[in-house]
Amino acid sequence: MASSRRLVGGLCLVVVGMFGFGFALVPLYQVFCDLTGLNGKTSNIVNAQAQSSQGVDLERIVTVEFVTYISKGMQWQLTPKVEQLKVHPGQMYEMEFIATNLSAKDQVGQAVPSVSPGQGANYLNKTECFCFNQQPLAAGETATLPLRFFVDTELPKNISTLTLSYTLYELPQPQQKG
Amino acid sequence: MSQLERSVITISSLIRSVHKCGYLVLMMGFSNSALAKSMPFNLTEGVTDVSQQVYDLHMTIFIICCVIGLVVFAAMFWAIFNHRKDKGAQAAQFHENTKVEIIWTAIPFVILIGMAIPATKTLIAMEDPSDADLTIQVTGSQWKWHYKYFGHDVEYYSLLASRQDQIHNQKQKRENYLLEVDYPLVLPVGQKVRFLVTSEDVIHSWWVPAFAVKKDANPGFINEAWTRINEPGIYRGQCAELCGKDHGFMPIVVIAKPVDEFETWLAEQEQKAVAAKAEEQAMLAMSMDMDEMMQLGEQVYNKHCAACHQANGEGLAGVFPALKGSQIATQDILGHINIVVHGKSGTAMQAFGKQLTLKELAAVIGYERNAWDNNTGDVIQPAQVKAVMQQKDL
Amino acid sequence: MSTGSASNPLASGVDDHHNHKPNGFFARWVFTTNHKDIGSLYLLFSFAMFLTGGAMAMVIRAELFQPGLQLVEPNFFNQMTTVHGLIMVFGAVMPAFVGLANWMIPVMIGAPDMALPRMNNWSFWILPFAFSLMLMTLFMEGGGPNFGWTFYAPLSTKYSPDSTALFVFAVHLMGISSIMGAINVIVTIVNLRAPGMTMMKLPLFVWTWLITAFLLIAVMPVLAGAVTMVLTDKYFGTSFFDAAGGGDPVMFQHIFWFFGHPEVYIMILPSFGIISAIVPTFSRKPLFGYASMVYATASIAGLSFLVWAHHMFTTGMPVAAELFFMYCTMLISIPTGVKVFNWVATMWRGSLTFEVPMLFAIAFIVLFTIGGFSGLMLAITPVDFQYHDTYFVVAHFHYVLVSGAIFSIMAASYYWLPKWTGYMYDDYLAKWHFWCSLISVNVLFFPMHFLGLAGMPRRIPDYALQFANVNAVVSLGGFAFGLSQLIFLVVVIKCMRGKGERAAAKPWEGAEGLEWEMPSPAPYHTHTTPPEIK
Repeated sequence: MASSRRLVGGLCLVVVGMFGFGFALVPLYQVFCDLTGLNGKTSNIVNAQAQSSQGVDLERIVTVEFVTYISKGMQWQLTPKVEQLKVHPGQMYEMEFIATNLSAKDQVGQAVPSVSPGQGANYLNKTECFCFNQQPLAAGETATLPLRFFVDTELPKNISTLTLSYTLYELPQPQQKG
Repeated sequence: MSQLERSVITISSLIRSVHKCGYLVLMMGFSNSALAKSMPFNLTEGVTDVSQQVYDLHMTIFIICCVIGLVVFAAMFWAIFNHRKDKGAQAAQFHENTKVEIIWTAIPFVILIGMAIPATKTLIAMEDPSDADLTIQVTGSQWKWHYKYFGHDVEYYSLLASRQDQIHNQKQKRENYLLEVDYPLVLPVGQKVRFLVTSEDVIHSWWVPAFAVKKDANPGFINEAWTRINEPGIYRGQCAELCGKDHGFMPIVVIAKPVDEFETWLAEQEQKAVAAKAEEQAMLAMSMDMDEMMQLGEQVYNKHCAACHQANGEGLAGVFPALKGSQIATQDILGHINIVVHGKSGTAMQAFGKQLTLKELAAVIGYERNAWDNNTGDVIQPAQVKAVMQQKDL
Repeated sequence: MSTGSASNPLASGVDDHHNHKPNGFFARWVFTTNHKDIGSLYLLFSFAMFLTGGAMAMVIRAELFQPGLQLVEPNFFNQMTTVHGLIMVFGAVMPAFVGLANWMIPVMIGAPDMALPRMNNWSFWILPFAFSLMLMTLFMEGGGPNFGWTFYAPLSTKYSPDSTALFVFAVHLMGISSIMGAINVIVTIVNLRAPGMTMMKLPLFVWTWLITAFLLIAVMPVLAGAVTMVLTDKYFGTSFFDAAGGGDPVMFQHIFWFFGHPEVYIMILPSFGIISAIVPTFSRKPLFGYASMVYATASIAGLSFLVWAHHMFTTGMPVAAELFFMYCTMLISIPTGVKVFNWVATMWRGSLTFEVPMLFAIAFIVLFTIGGFSGLMLAITPVDFQYHDTYFVVAHFHYVLVSGAIFSIMAASYYWLPKWTGYMYDDYLAKWHFWCSLISVNVLFFPMHFLGLAGMPRRIPDYALQFANVNAVVSLGGFAFGLSQLIFLVVVIKCMRGKGERAAAKPWEGAEGLEWEMPSPAPYHTHTTPPEIK
């Protein structure tokens, strides 16, 4: 039954392939999120040159709101300097967040960004963000965390408010400090 | 379309009256609670334009389905009654008819298009990202909701108000059993309210049927929904995504007030928040005695802690640790305060620091250290709790 | 080597040496490579699981009989809903279909056995271990899986009981068993058809199973991937689904439902095949639109890969995605409708009789269609926001799975029991079983639509007072449905023990197909020489 053997082999390959496909869905999902802004995921770091090429749309004002969340059990504070900014698309803005480690331990935090509405996520471009890095803070230490961003001029007309949220998570092992 | 709508309305009112009769019959058979409100047998029309659209869409599709069902089943039962062997029916031998097959593929397709058009319109109306008058940050956690009025210094937790003795059938259940909370969300009528929904732990889902708003609260990500309420009133909903043990016990209550009343309320809350901070300062100076601490502590414990750690302090083996005789509740005081104030990450133990006052925290911690034969004799004071919050003496 | 002697794989008759049946109970059942024996094992196992999962449903309905917590703690309640779901899906419905496939496919296509008989033995014998493992966790400290059969992260990762590793392992075993079963079915159908049995002559049950098998090998590995990620997230520090490490809990739902939606069709396509065998038999008329049935099945299977996100409209998706998944989902109702129309057209101007298999088949058509309608309503995104995760959904999928899939399995059992055991079922009891099931299944599930519309969320152990009366009715329906299945148990036992009328080779006047050209019960070895296909 050579033909059976070949068929079984082929089907087994399909099985292995689909098992792999299950894992391939992980990067595929990221791509899909980047394309559609699904889940408010923001694309990663954007080159500052992308902004200069755009020109500023002075006609239009977009509200950018900042909200922060601390994960359960983490003894940190994270507060935006201001709760919202009125911005012109295409113009670069600087923003600061204040982080304080209230615990008695040196800890490393990681901020996870999310943008709402999700369709707007691709248009909120961050050229510098503390969320790109891990953030170590000693016990009781306070730090000012910078964010530089611009809103893309291509932002769909029906969106006038973008909300940027940061959820702060504790990373399990403190990295040794450089 | 208007004719269709009219027939939709006639049929739905017919259905409603049939429901009422059906309900009476049911009530006669099973009236196991005199308090039971009558249950609507259809989707709510709600109190927003969107919820009304959703209801109309629901009725349209429901009636289309009923009509199709009627035609198909009528044909089938016609065959069942008339084409039976004991009536002497001889079987025909046809087994295909391309024309008929094309027709009954095409007609459903046309019907589907007819359904898709209003559905698409409603969906686009629901996903309107225009500016809102008020933004509420809704945060779910095991097993309560937290509301923060964005741009205002008002935030609070909203917990189930039905008590454990009602849940365990020791006391008569109140009218809104399981649909009542201690601090409801208050919203203005007629304004566009936006909800930013997220979660602290597992996935929850914030659902108020009267607004046709149901949005998942995903940990680490924010989701957006909005509503514009047309009528003042009290609207009730529940968490709609399995979120662990007390998924059935985290209701949502919204009180919609006219704008001026709402603004008065909000201003009051902002003042209260300021006053609470002042009171906190005063509390630092106070000292509770054992009796007062145990009394208040027991109340707080039963409301916030007993659902997991159980009223007898023994927890649930393997799921929620016992406090009775536990190391945390009998040894290091600071460690005990710390875990109650800040919670424990990666577990269901949440941070109560923001939910309870200093006095309540001190009382409940003291209660845990003395109840169930823990008998440490420790009396905890608000100042000690505050010290832990500020990381002094650690 | 074909034998004509009446011997009975299910009944414990005297061994007939001409049948080359192994001697001894152990050798016969544990080492068996005979497709009929393995089919019987699968069917009996799935029935045992059906009763086990049903007992859990009884616990659920007893707790929900009245508001308040009476019998079980919420945590145990969640374990009951979870394990009930897992057992019914992976332990009752799927193995029952594999059992039917094992018994009937070789017989129907003129093959002497399944193509890979030793693997066949393995794929069955994995299952009892998988389910013992899963049931064992219920008795462990911390309890068994309590995160719903959909095991959404992070409830199933960060917040799950310690026994989750065993749950993952059990699901892996079930997956391996299903995949092996599916490979076997495909190879058998592709390679072992009797000469002259062309693809378009295959009975529809074989066709639908072939398509189901392809769905199985496509999506069970994805499920395996999903549980593996849950395992590594929980125990090995990865963060596929944890935002803290750059993962996303919503991604779990995408991966799960990429498996989950085709899985739904895995549980219903073979039913279509069964109904397409039974309706023509008792209408004494060939099936209407054979070719369109095949195409409809294939297109349902194809579309099933494009609709997964309709389970997750409330997770927050871009409008374009919501529209895409809504439209695709609505499209599925077309091929499904074609099937229903074809069955009705088959009955039209037939010469109908209403033996028990036909009764179940007719009930299937009506109740499955009702489930289809509620499915269409659920597909409409804006209203799904109201229906999602309420009892309306519970009503929908129980109509499709209980009065759909399970009724079709009942129909198949009554239809082929004479062929399997050589004895007719007890018609009186069987009719009781049918009517009790039909009435109670509707008392059980129909009011759930109203509960959902009124706003009762699913998976809650306690509810508001307004839901009390309807829940009491539903629970009574549930107990009645549970008890009704015991009648079926009696019927099956009576047939197996040889009580009742001897069955003729072809007990149904209008039946067609190779299985009716051999004596009843089917000899231990059949089609050892290829049959002649007309």
